[in-house]
Amino acid sequence: MATIDPILFGDNQFFGVNHMSEEKARQQLMKFKDTAAIVEVLDQAFDMGIRTFMCTTHDRIGEICDHMRAHRERYKDFVYFPCMPYAHKYANSVSQVGVMETIQRFSTGGVVSTVLRGAVGTFNRDIYALMKLLVDSEMKRFQGLNTPVIFVQNVVTDLLLGLKLYPVFAEFHSYLKERYDAEAGFITMNLPLLLDALAAVGVENPIVCANINKIGFRMSGGVDAYRDVLQTRKCRAIAMSVLASGAIPPKEAIDWVCGLPGVQSIVFGASSPGNIRQTQELIQRAWAR
Amino acid sequence: MGLRVGIIGTGKMGLSHFSIVNAMPDTAVVAVCDTSRYVLSVLSKYVGVETFTSHEEMIDKANLDALIVATPSSTHFEYARYALERGVHLFVEKPLTLSPSESGSLSKLALERKRVNQVGFHNRFIGTFQEAQRLIRAGALGTVSNIHGSAFGQVVIKEQNRTWRAKRSEGGGCLHDYASHVIDLMNFLVGPPKQVQGASLQTIFSQDVEDAVSAVFSYENGAAGILETNWSDETYRKMSTTVTVHGTKGKLVVDRQELKVYLREGTAFEGYAEGWNSRYITSLQKPVGFYLRGEEYSAQIEAFLQAIRAGNASPENSFASAYETDRVVDLILKASA
Repeated sequence: MATIDPILFGDNQFFGVNHMSEEKARQQLMKFKDTAAIVEVLDQAFDMGIRTFMCTTHDRIGEICDHMRAHRERYKDFVYFPCMPYAHKYANSVSQVGVMETIQRFSTGGVVSTVLRGAVGTFNRDIYALMKLLVDSEMKRFQGLNTPVIFVQNVVTDLLLGLKLYPVFAEFHSYLKERYDAEAGFITMNLPLLLDALAAVGVENPIVCANINKIGFRMSGGVDAYRDVLQTRKCRAIAMSVLASGAIPPKEAIDWVCGLPGVQSIVFGASSPGNIRQTQELIQRAWAR
Repeated sequence: MGLRVGIIGTGKMGLSHFSIVNAMPDTAVVAVCDTSRYVLSVLSKYVGVETFTSHEEMIDKANLDALIVATPSSTHFEYARYALERGVHLFVEKPLTLSPSESGSLSKLALERKRVNQVGFHNRFIGTFQEAQRLIRAGALGTVSNIHGSAFGQVVIKEQNRTWRAKRSEGGGCLHDYASHVIDLMNFLVGPPKQVQGASLQTIFSQDVEDAVSAVFSYENGAAGILETNWSDETYRKMSTTVTVHGTKGKLVVDRQELKVYLREGTAFEGYAEGWNSRYITSLQKPVGFYLRGEEYSAQIEAFLQAIRAGNASPENSFASAYETDRVVDLILKASA
């Protein structure tokens, strides 16, 4: 079973994702225009003892992975939790060329490899074969790196959840084990519903990652329902958006989440050594109590 | 007995609506209609929903309470009319139709048949925009003199878009498909303009449709408006919509995340002080029962289903309101000719 550190480092700040301000998102995009600037912040986090990078399979993640592979000794203890897919890449592509061509564009090697793997006959009706192709395509750039947990992003988790395509969760889970010796993680904005769905298809003690914050921001079902499932259901829960994009002061936000039974880890993003250290210390102090 | 919902069109919006509707209590998507047999076969096999390739057949046979139309805009009128004539409550993706007269006749038909009618202008369900509207209506900005609405994003950034959005005959183009969102939002905030004084539709990468729309509006009370949209701007990760409103007492700048309000001396309003104030989506957005891709997508469906259950025929974004948006779109087309 994968070990999950109590503190994980996120990547929204590197790729212009900011839920509070578009201006701030743009400033961050400019600041992290060069991959070297991202690596510098990762180095700072690493030097402070944070080992795990939870990263979207954004186009630029490949460059970061290249750097890590080129300096294998320095990063030998570094752990990656890829989160797939980078949904905007697909959504923008669907807007431009449609669904079918998008699938061809992003499955490993396009049509050629699909034919070679004999998937084409069943391709039309087998969404599991399609899921595997897309996973392989997204995982290519992590080759040779340590990826013990692989997440599916909330937009896909929650789409499947609404469609009630629960068996896909189980297939994803078993495919990762078989092909990558990795565990599946599920990011969601609907944790209580997701835990029911995973239980229904036999994914036990799942790794889940959800917004968990004092003001209930993007916690569908409400804070009380989250508190209840975290306490009563067996799962490994990672809290994200703990500060609710800055709406809650850091100490208050972190003390609240760390006091919640059932939360095992916190993922956060920061762009400066000062902020990384401050957040890390707040979490460590809160959990030491 | 739960509500039985059908969906025509299983593209990006259709699938998103499918997931949201299906996650709501006492509601289920029971039938879908599309021309793509690939998507239908997947939905039939894995989701177990009844599938159709003809909208008439689905509406006649599936015993629907409500229908969601999420197909290329040029088809909306035909599908919507057929459904309304058979007494089905109706949610149609934006824009309602490509002509104000068609939108007007659908609105009339929906009222006659007392069917809930709603259009997917989801910005009206975003907390920051709702708060901006509340402030303007309450007179916090005084008399409105200017409004500026803009949207930028990357829908067409190469000369190779092959979807319906790049075909004029199917209702593609930045004006109907993109600018309509901003026009509707400006209407939501300050009401529809009386006239379009000038407009320009520009092609940047597309062959058949415009990629940028600029227009100048004038309002009944003498206020002026500027619309600026460009869907060939790759500096934005996703569609980014901003509205600025100037009034005699202050001004506001609002996007989907943040509402900034400036109030002049002596005009503090409720919790808003003189000078600059910021409010964020984190405190302005009402929670939804199921979240997929922004509260607004769920909130609009919740409002639609709630209106059906309550027997209220005119929720936010009624056909009558969407008609006003289509009317402005038409004025822009005429002004740019």
